Amino acid sequence: MSSRPLVLAVDLDGSGAHPAAWRAGSDAPDAVLDPAVLRRRVLAAENGGFTLVTLDDALTTTQATVSSGAVAARLDGVVRAAFVSQLTTRVGLAPRVDPRGAEPFHLAAQLASLDIASLGRAGWVVGDADQPGLADAIDRVVPELPADRELEVADVVRTVRRLWDSWEDDAVIKDVATGRYVDRDRIHDVAVTTPTFAVAGASITPRPPQGHVVVIAPDTVLDPATADVSLVGGADVAEVVERAVAARGAGAPRVLADVEVLLDADTSCAARLAALDADAEWTPTDALRFVGSPFGLLLLAEQLAEAVDGIRLHPAVVGTDLPVLTRFVLPRLFATRIARAPRLAQTLRGALDLPRPENVFTQEEAA
Amino acid sequence: MSASARPPDRDHPITRPTATVHLGVFFQGVNHHTVWSDPRSGSQTDFSSFRRLAETAERGLFDAFFLGEGLRLRETNGALHDLDVVGRPDAITQLSALAAVTSRIGLVATQNTTYNDPADLARRLASLDVLSGGRAAWNVVTTDNAWTGANFRRGGYLDHADRYVRAAEFVRAARAIWDSFADDAIATTTREPSWSRPGAITPVAFSGATVSTHVTPTVPRSPQGHPVIFQAGDSPAGRTFAAEHADVIFSSHGSDLDDALAFARDVRRRVAAAGRPRDDVKILPGTSFVLGDTEAEARELATWLVREQISGATALSILSHIWGEDLSQLDPDGPLPDHDPAPRELSRTRGTGAAQGDPAGLARRLRSHAEELGLSIREAVIATDRRPAFVGTPSSVADRLVRFVRTGAVDGFNVSPWLVPDGLDEVVDRLVPELQERAAYPTEYVGTTLREHLGLRSSRDVHGARDAIQRTVVGA
Repeated sequence: MSSRPLVLAVDLDGSGAHPAAWRAGSDAPDAVLDPAVLRRRVLAAENGGFTLVTLDDALTTTQATVSSGAVAARLDGVVRAAFVSQLTTRVGLAPRVDPRGAEPFHLAAQLASLDIASLGRAGWVVGDADQPGLADAIDRVVPELPADRELEVADVVRTVRRLWDSWEDDAVIKDVATGRYVDRDRIHDVAVTTPTFAVAGASITPRPPQGHVVVIAPDTVLDPATADVSLVGGADVAEVVERAVAARGAGAPRVLADVEVLLDADTSCAARLAALDADAEWTPTDALRFVGSPFGLLLLAEQLAEAVDGIRLHPAVVGTDLPVLTRFVLPRLFATRIARAPRLAQTLRGALDLPRPENVFTQEEAA
Repeated sequence: MSASARPPDRDHPITRPTATVHLGVFFQGVNHHTVWSDPRSGSQTDFSSFRRLAETAERGLFDAFFLGEGLRLRETNGALHDLDVVGRPDAITQLSALAAVTSRIGLVATQNTTYNDPADLARRLASLDVLSGGRAAWNVVTTDNAWTGANFRRGGYLDHADRYVRAAEFVRAARAIWDSFADDAIATTTREPSWSRPGAITPVAFSGATVSTHVTPTVPRSPQGHPVIFQAGDSPAGRTFAAEHADVIFSSHGSDLDDALAFARDVRRRVAAAGRPRDDVKILPGTSFVLGDTEAEARELATWLVREQISGATALSILSHIWGEDLSQLDPDGPLPDHDPAPRELSRTRGTGAAQGDPAGLARRLRSHAEELGLSIREAVIATDRRPAFVGTPSSVADRLVRFVRTGAVDGFNVSPWLVPDGLDEVVDRLVPELQERAAYPTEYVGTTLREHLGLRSSRDVHGARDAIQRTVVGA
């Protein structure tokens, strides 16, 4: 059982978790590309007291998505997170990047740069979705067998963490007397070799403010012991709790439950769901799904608080459900101390009560 | 004296009497020209430094803010080069953050075609372009060495001769990705049958000698169509690439007017040969400004500055790179080594960035300077470290800039401040008003996109013209 109040995260990708969400809000269909809309929503989440905003993403889209009538456009997640980093002051920002489509050297620098620009508020949602066109899009062999995929994800995460450590925190010395800008003994080649890639040198970007950007991954994608935050889902509360206990047992430092929400708004949740479902099928995902009243969600949060450190909410329609969350759900959760909001000038690690990681290279030197 | 009051100059006739000067700022990050040791110098990493420079540049109505890139930390003879600024943010990530705190200035990311994938890089650039309202640009660079490749999944896979083959294919693939959404692809109301009109998003299937991608893109066109393309290589292959594919060429020919005119003639000939209007590519050489209240004061500042840039340690490091051996124990105020460097090719990628080409030739140049003028190691390195710069009063520098632009030698300049983050203040506060007085600089941003600032044709026109040429060639 967790003794700390819950942290609350929200995914603000696109128009919402329901595939028909683009029809339901008051925004125009191209709002998913509008910087003003992105700004408005992330600010609403920050003002509402969320600790973390995640931005779902994938490098490619499939012909199936295009033809199904769903939203077929999406801006790069790291780019979106960096953009809103200057418009916010306390909310964590975690874009999703799937390791199989990523160049580890670039990814480490991108996420470290996001952490620098946001003054320590960066996270990374590690995903591993099925992307049928991925290998064709990036013109290389992409691991496909489950065991190979698992290995690749773990190798990329390990390599990116090592690249963040390749600079010691105090590598920049600006020693005017000797004319040295850095102490070269405090910058290390990562020298990683895996079955599918190798990285030789140090990162081009200094160690990020948090030491490591917060690594957030579903328990199905990454060994909970190597993540900072494990995401767990399930068809019902019992399954979520069971997986949370298992992730914790496997060494997860923090566990967040993924919950899709569709709430009563101007119209009832049932009517809203029926209207959305009439347009497109809301296929089940790994997340727990909650359709109901704000009060019902409070009870669910109370239940989950026994097993997890936080909840990541996926609003069915961002434009409709996010305001309900910030007006009617979060204030109650904070007032009853079931959940807590981040403080100003806190890093994301600070808000999650996670320690700043030691540098693997200084540990090796000490050993 | 204003430009129009100058006596006529038969060698350098004014061919564009109303042309204006375009300015961009190039935040290089990694070189010995940034004086990090100055007490006025701020952080080279903190976002606030970049923000301050970008805001100053935008206040000065600059067209663009430009970030360099490196894909492996530089080494001198096998050891990490520690004398200059080391470490920088990822360019597109940094510019995405800057897009939120600026409103007009263009955002140029230097990105390599060798160690990126078009499906990924084109998408990230297009994302920046959409979020910034059409202000993104891509400075296309290439790499071809296994040492850099060792940081990437593909390794050192590309021959030197193929780097521009890949760059050209990469840019064509990127353009196809950027143009994949029809302008009316997205539903305008929530009542339409689907979010995107069926058939309005064209999957891209590109297959070349070095680039292959099959992808359904996810980002539509921005208000400027798609990112502006910069190119900075100076080799014949680089110039040809620029003539065929670039909107802007970032040259190193901006200090001597004859040299700049010769370069401009060569580029325009290549642009015409590629079937484009001769002025389709804007020429913006890199430079820096050293300003003083009097000519003498500016020269004095320039003399001080170069000694700050080339310390004894930096002079010895440049020498060690040329000689291919550790010479850090020599006295920088003493004579040059009396033996010749071992014959080999110098590589900028791995080296200090200051020396390139043939070591024996560089050593000969240093020796002849030193012997002729009785120079020490440090003085000889300073004498041969030719960096384009305009030194003078704001008024005299403005006159020279206007002359460069109005003779058709250049369209403007990319300025590298030698001090971060305040190095642009004087340029914006003192030089820009002088240019404005000469009616050679805008007094407000006329458009919102980088393409508008630079006076470029829409990306579709450029694209359309090229397709027409290709059809002609095929038909002929």
